[in-house]
Amino acid sequence: MSTETSEAQAQRITSALANTERPERPSALSTSITFGWRALLKIKHVPEQLFDVTVFPVVMTLLFTYLFGGAIAGSVDNYIAYLAPGILVQSVLMITMYTGTTLRTDLDKGVFDRFRSLPIWRPSALVGMLLGDAVRFTVAAIVTSVVCLLIGWRPAGGFAGVVLGVLLLLVFAFSLGWVWTFLSMLLRSPNAVMGVAMMVMMPLVFASNIFVDPSTMPGWLQAWVNVNPVSHLVTAVRALMDGMSPGADLTLTLVWSVALVAVFGSLTMWKYRDPQ
Amino acid sequence: MAELAIETHGLVKTYGETRAVDGVDLAIARGGVHGFLGPNGAGKTTVIRMLSTLVRADAGTGTVLGYDIASQADEVRSRVSLTGQFASVDEDLSGRENLRLIARLYGYSSKAATRRVDELLEAFSLSDAGDRQVKKYSGGMRRRIDIAASIVVTPELLFLDEPTTGLDPRSRNEVWDIVRAMVDFGTTVMLTTQYLDEADALADRISVIDAGKIIAEGSATELKASVGSGTLHVRVMDRDERDRAQSILMRDLGVNVETTSDPQALTAAIDDRGRVTRALSALDAEGVGLAQFSLGQPTLDEVFLALTGSPAEDSASEQDEAA
Repeated sequence: MSTETSEAQAQRITSALANTERPERPSALSTSITFGWRALLKIKHVPEQLFDVTVFPVVMTLLFTYLFGGAIAGSVDNYIAYLAPGILVQSVLMITMYTGTTLRTDLDKGVFDRFRSLPIWRPSALVGMLLGDAVRFTVAAIVTSVVCLLIGWRPAGGFAGVVLGVLLLLVFAFSLGWVWTFLSMLLRSPNAVMGVAMMVMMPLVFASNIFVDPSTMPGWLQAWVNVNPVSHLVTAVRALMDGMSPGADLTLTLVWSVALVAVFGSLTMWKYRDPQ
Repeated sequence: MAELAIETHGLVKTYGETRAVDGVDLAIARGGVHGFLGPNGAGKTTVIRMLSTLVRADAGTGTVLGYDIASQADEVRSRVSLTGQFASVDEDLSGRENLRLIARLYGYSSKAATRRVDELLEAFSLSDAGDRQVKKYSGGMRRRIDIAASIVVTPELLFLDEPTTGLDPRSRNEVWDIVRAMVDFGTTVMLTTQYLDEADALADRISVIDAGKIIAEGSATELKASVGSGTLHVRVMDRDERDRAQSILMRDLGVNVETTSDPQALTAAIDDRGRVTRALSALDAEGVGLAQFSLGQPTLDEVFLALTGSPAEDSASEQDEAA
């Protein structure tokens, strides 16, 4: 850069600084949505990250349906009616773990230093990220539903039932996301976050009523399956998609969601204030 | 309006066993550039992070622009900006998207954000690169977009953490020009650096920090004066004559003359410049040929050596900056 242009640049910088416009402080909702926009921009620039919400659910659905279908329900057609709502839940919940690894990677990059130094509602960077993830979860839910429909799933609750079930699933997924954000504040590498998240996720997803009816399980396992929040979620989603009343399982799922946000949201924000 | 931009008393931050910052007192006036000079791991970044409310102090108090960094963090945040040591922008997004993100977070409407972003891209000569991802930017461009992001809303105080580390000399000059332009406008800049010439070139006042403690403070000139009025550098023609030259110089200068790693060179901190001419004539009279000699103000390198007992470069390679 020659001297003339650097002088011209200095002048342009001075005039940019002289613009002392100070817009009114935006609301918590507005900044959260702005961060959600950032998450969507990242999908635009790095579309590969949609791989896990498209290919992964297809593979899971086909694998489990054809692997267990004959053995558990006698045929794939019988099994898909039972499995479809459960595999939807599983696909989306498994994907929530990426929230933790993505955040851990982000935290190391310095861009969060800027976010944390801004005069905004502090949780909005994380809330926005989870809102952006909700878009990814929706994609996963649609892909899984379409695959299930293609291999013979005919939900009795119709379109409305499926939509209601997916909405409930999204609420729970958003709440579960705070467990992973807390892990990413606690642990130092994305791999460690993934490792611990996997250990939490395994008993939640597999020791549940997603694949088989718990009545065939030993007593101690039934005891766990019956208190597992994922079981309540699956039962409620199943009922909604089958066009029946979800009853107490809906309430329990919502209570769990509120509790997860209250506990892990607070823990996350407590660590976010002064991270290592 | 508070008189001081930054005032701290006994700031402490401990990471495990390490006292990264060990009782830092600062009183920094508004306006101009305050340099924060020290090797890697000295605690510069940690002080900046405490002042910009990113981490909490374990002990001590501090105010920034009159607001307490612990109890009025939000007031501080709305008046200062931080450009971190590592790019504090999102590398996956384009330059334009990054600025737009910050503008929207400050509350700019969609339309006003577009206008402000265009203005900033233009000011920092990034208009052409605006739509490219930041990860494809050169080092200098990254720094510029980073600084641009810091002034989306004009801050009263800007923290620049090692703004030129890793830049080539041309980009470094560009950043210096930007800092000067901001200071001319009236923004207070607090700049950390491990480059002595950078502090010398930009800073009005300098705090020297080592091992978490402030070990000296003053203008570049004052700091240099504290080690003597100047330094004489001499290189003899023939390295065998260095010892003889050293004893002649010691005799006529009346101060200690140090040898350096260069086998032909000698340096001496001078109290009385008048004796230099005499000492150089004595060398000539006794037949010691000189390849070159120079008398200059001490460099900040020498200041650092005098203050810490070790050269800045050495301590830099031994320690890592505490996060």
